[in-house]
Amino acid sequence: MSEENISSWLERLRGGLSKSSKKLTDGITDLLTKRKLDSGALDELEDILIASDLGVATAGKLATSISDRRFPDGISDEAIRGALADDIAEILNSVEAPLAVDLNHAPHVLLVCGVNGSGKTTTVGKLAKQFMDSGLSVMVAAGDTFRAAAVEQLQIWGDRAGCQVISDSGGTDAAAVAYQALEKAKSAGVDLLMIDTAGRLQNRKDLMAELEKIIRVISKLDPSAPHDVVLVMDATIGQNAHAQVKTFKDSVNVSGLVMTKLDGSAKGGVIVALAERFGLPVHAVGVGEGIDDLRAFEAKVFARSLMGL
Amino acid sequence: MRSTAGIQEEDKGSKTLGMFENLTDSLGGIFDKLRKRGSLRESDIETALREVRIALLEADVAVDVVKDLVAAVRAKSLVQSILKSVTPSQMVVKVVHDELINVLGNGPSDGSLSDGSSINISANPPSAILMVGLQGSGKTTTTAKLAKRLTERNRKKVLMASLDVYRPAAQQQLATLGDQIQVRCLASVLGEKPIAITKRAMQNARLEGFDVVLLDTAGRLHIDKDLMTEVADIRDIASPDETLLISDAMTGQDAVNVAREFNEKIGISGIILTRVDGDARGGAALSMRSVTGKPIKLMGVGEKMEALDEFNAERIAGSILGMGDVVGLVEKAQQVVNEEDAERMAKKMLKGQFTLDDMVKQLGQIRQMGSLEGLMGMLPGAQNVKQQMTAHNMDDTVITHQEAIIRAMTKAERRNPKILNGSRRRRIALGSGTSVQQVNRMLKQFKQVSSMMKKAGKKGNRGIAGMMPTIMPGLR
Repeated sequence: MSEENISSWLERLRGGLSKSSKKLTDGITDLLTKRKLDSGALDELEDILIASDLGVATAGKLATSISDRRFPDGISDEAIRGALADDIAEILNSVEAPLAVDLNHAPHVLLVCGVNGSGKTTTVGKLAKQFMDSGLSVMVAAGDTFRAAAVEQLQIWGDRAGCQVISDSGGTDAAAVAYQALEKAKSAGVDLLMIDTAGRLQNRKDLMAELEKIIRVISKLDPSAPHDVVLVMDATIGQNAHAQVKTFKDSVNVSGLVMTKLDGSAKGGVIVALAERFGLPVHAVGVGEGIDDLRAFEAKVFARSLMGL
Repeated sequence: MRSTAGIQEEDKGSKTLGMFENLTDSLGGIFDKLRKRGSLRESDIETALREVRIALLEADVAVDVVKDLVAAVRAKSLVQSILKSVTPSQMVVKVVHDELINVLGNGPSDGSLSDGSSINISANPPSAILMVGLQGSGKTTTTAKLAKRLTERNRKKVLMASLDVYRPAAQQQLATLGDQIQVRCLASVLGEKPIAITKRAMQNARLEGFDVVLLDTAGRLHIDKDLMTEVADIRDIASPDETLLISDAMTGQDAVNVAREFNEKIGISGIILTRVDGDARGGAALSMRSVTGKPIKLMGVGEKMEALDEFNAERIAGSILGMGDVVGLVEKAQQVVNEEDAERMAKKMLKGQFTLDDMVKQLGQIRQMGSLEGLMGMLPGAQNVKQQMTAHNMDDTVITHQEAIIRAMTKAERRNPKILNGSRRRRIALGSGTSVQQVNRMLKQFKQVSSMMKKAGKKGNRGIAGMMPTIMPGLR
C-alpha cells in the first residue's frame, strides 16, 4: 500500500478517519458559519451524524444532547465537535477492551465469525502475527471449508505470522477441522487456538446451525471453549449491523467485535449505536492491508477521529 | 425535519431503532390517530413523511437521496385523493414505493443480447468486462457467477483472469471456481503485475478466439490513489465494454462515496449488487443508482454459482420499505409447486374436499420452500405472525411432526378421519413418534382448515393465498 511510511498507528487511524470525517466536519463547519445552533442547524447536525451510519436514534439522541448543552465560550465548530466527541467517547468507553488471552485455558480458544467478505481471514492472520510477536504460541484452524482457496489464503497468513495452520485438505466439515485443531493444540500445548470460519449471512438458518455445531463439538474437548467468539464487521456496514450482532449473538453468544477496513471513507459509526444497544466489547480495528494494520480499539481516539479532531 | 428520535416532537413514544418493521403498519397507526381529530389535513402528511424518512434512513438510503425522495413523495402526496382516502397510509406507501422503483429503474433493456441480459458484449471479440469494487464486496465470486451465466445462457466462450496480486490466494480462488464451473481461467504467473496480466489475458483471448474476458481486479479503496490509477490503466489497456462496480447490499451511508468515486475515476457502466439474499434492506442500491445514474444490472442472491439474477427493482423497493419479498416468495413457490397441481388442489379445497393427503402434500411443499421463519419474513406485514411464532416456540419441527402424523395413518384414515378413535390415535402417535395430544391438535387444525375452506368456497371471492396461513399449524 502507498502509505506504509506513516509511523504512528494513531496517525494512520486518524489519516483513515480524517478522510472519512472530512465531509462530516466540513458539514459541521458549514452549518455553523451559516447560522446559530437553531433547530434547523440541529437537524443538519443530526443528518451529518446519520450520514456517518450512527443511525436515526443514536444521531437524534446525540444532536439533542448537544442542543441542551451550554457553551460558555460561545458556539464554535471546535466546541461542537469536541462536545460530540466527548459524548461518543462516553458511549464507547465501556466497550473498549483489548483481546486478552488467558493462559490458564491451555489453549485459549477464539472463534472468529462474520458475514462474507467482512475480513475474518485477514483479521485472524494479523492477530496471529501480533500474538506470536508478543511471545505466545499460536495455532490457527482453517474452518472455512466452503469458499474456494480460503484455506490457502489462511495458510499464507500463517506462514507470514510463523504459526501452524491446521486444515483438512478436501474436507468440508468445519466442525471436524475445529475438533482436530483443538486436539492438536492441546497436545502441542499452545497458548492460543484461533478458529477461522466461513462467511455466512445471518439469515441463513442452516449456516448458523453449522456454526453452533462447531461450538458444540469443541466444547466436548473443553467445556469452557470457545473462550472468545469474535464477530468481524466491515466499516462500510450500515444498519444491518444490528441484525448481524443480534443474530450471531443469539446463535453463538458473540463476546466481542472487531471492525475492519477503517482506512476507507466509511465511518463505521454504527459501532456507537451497537455499543448502546448491545454493550459488546470492541477489541480491535483494522486500518490497512498490512500485517501490522490491526490495532486495539480506543474509544477516545475513535470518537475524536470520527469528529475530525 | 426532526426524526421521532428527537425529544422536540410531541410524539416521543414513537418507534425506536430496530423496532420499525413495516412502513404500512407504522403509517396506518399514525393516520388512525390523526383521523380521530377529523379529516386529514395537509400538515398531517408531514407527520407521515417523517416516518417515511426514518424508514428510508434505517434502510441505509443516503441522507441526501432521502431528502430528494421525500420531496418527491411530498409533492405527490398532497393531493385530495390521498387526503380524502379511506386508506391514506396505503396510498402514501404506494407513492413511496412507486418513487423507489422510478429511481431504481428496472435495468436497461437495450437488447444487446437476445435473452434480454443487460450485459453489453461487443460484436468484435474479445469483449472485456472489468470487475471493480471494495475489498470483500464479492468480486471474485460474482466474476465466476457471471462467467457461468455468459457461458451457459449466452453461449459465449469466456476467459476469466484474476488481476488480484495482493490478497493471498486470490488468484487460486478464481482458478478453483473456474474448475468448478468449467470456465477457463488464465494461468497465473508468479510475480506478474496486473497490467501485464491484463495484456496477456487480452492477447490469449484474441489468439484462442474467446468472446469475453472477465477481468477480476483486486479489492481497492476508492480513496487509494495508487490503486485507482492502476485500475484506470487496466481499463485503458482492456477498453472494456462493461466496467461493473460490485457492491454489497449491506453497505451503509458510504455507498454514495464509493459509487461516486469509482464512477468519477474509472467510469463505471453498471452495478452488481451482492448478498441480496441477506436481510439487509438494501438502501445502498438506491443511493448508488441515484448518485451515478448507472443501472444496477444484476444481483447476487446466494452462494451457489447459479445465484445471479437480473436486477429486480420491485424486490429491492419492497425490501427497502420492509414490505417483505413477495416476488421472492412467489419465485420460491414456483420452484416447488406445479401449477396444474395447485389448480386442482384449489378446486378441491373450494369444494370442501380437502383431505389429509392434500394437507401432507402442502406441508411438504412448505418445507421444500425453506424455513417457516424465512418464508414469514418474505410476507408483507407478517411481522406479528413471526413474533407469534417465536412466542409459541413454533418452528419447522412442527411441520415435520404433522407430516409424520399424517404419514402414520392408513389410507382409509386419511380419507375419512372420522374413524380415528382412541386406539387408532394412540397407534398413530406411536408410529409417528409424537403424542396423542399432538395427534389431536393436528386433527383439530385440519378440521378448522377444511371448514374454513368450505366457507371460503361458498363466498367464492377469496383466493387460496388468503388461506395459506391457516394451513400453517398452530397459528389460529
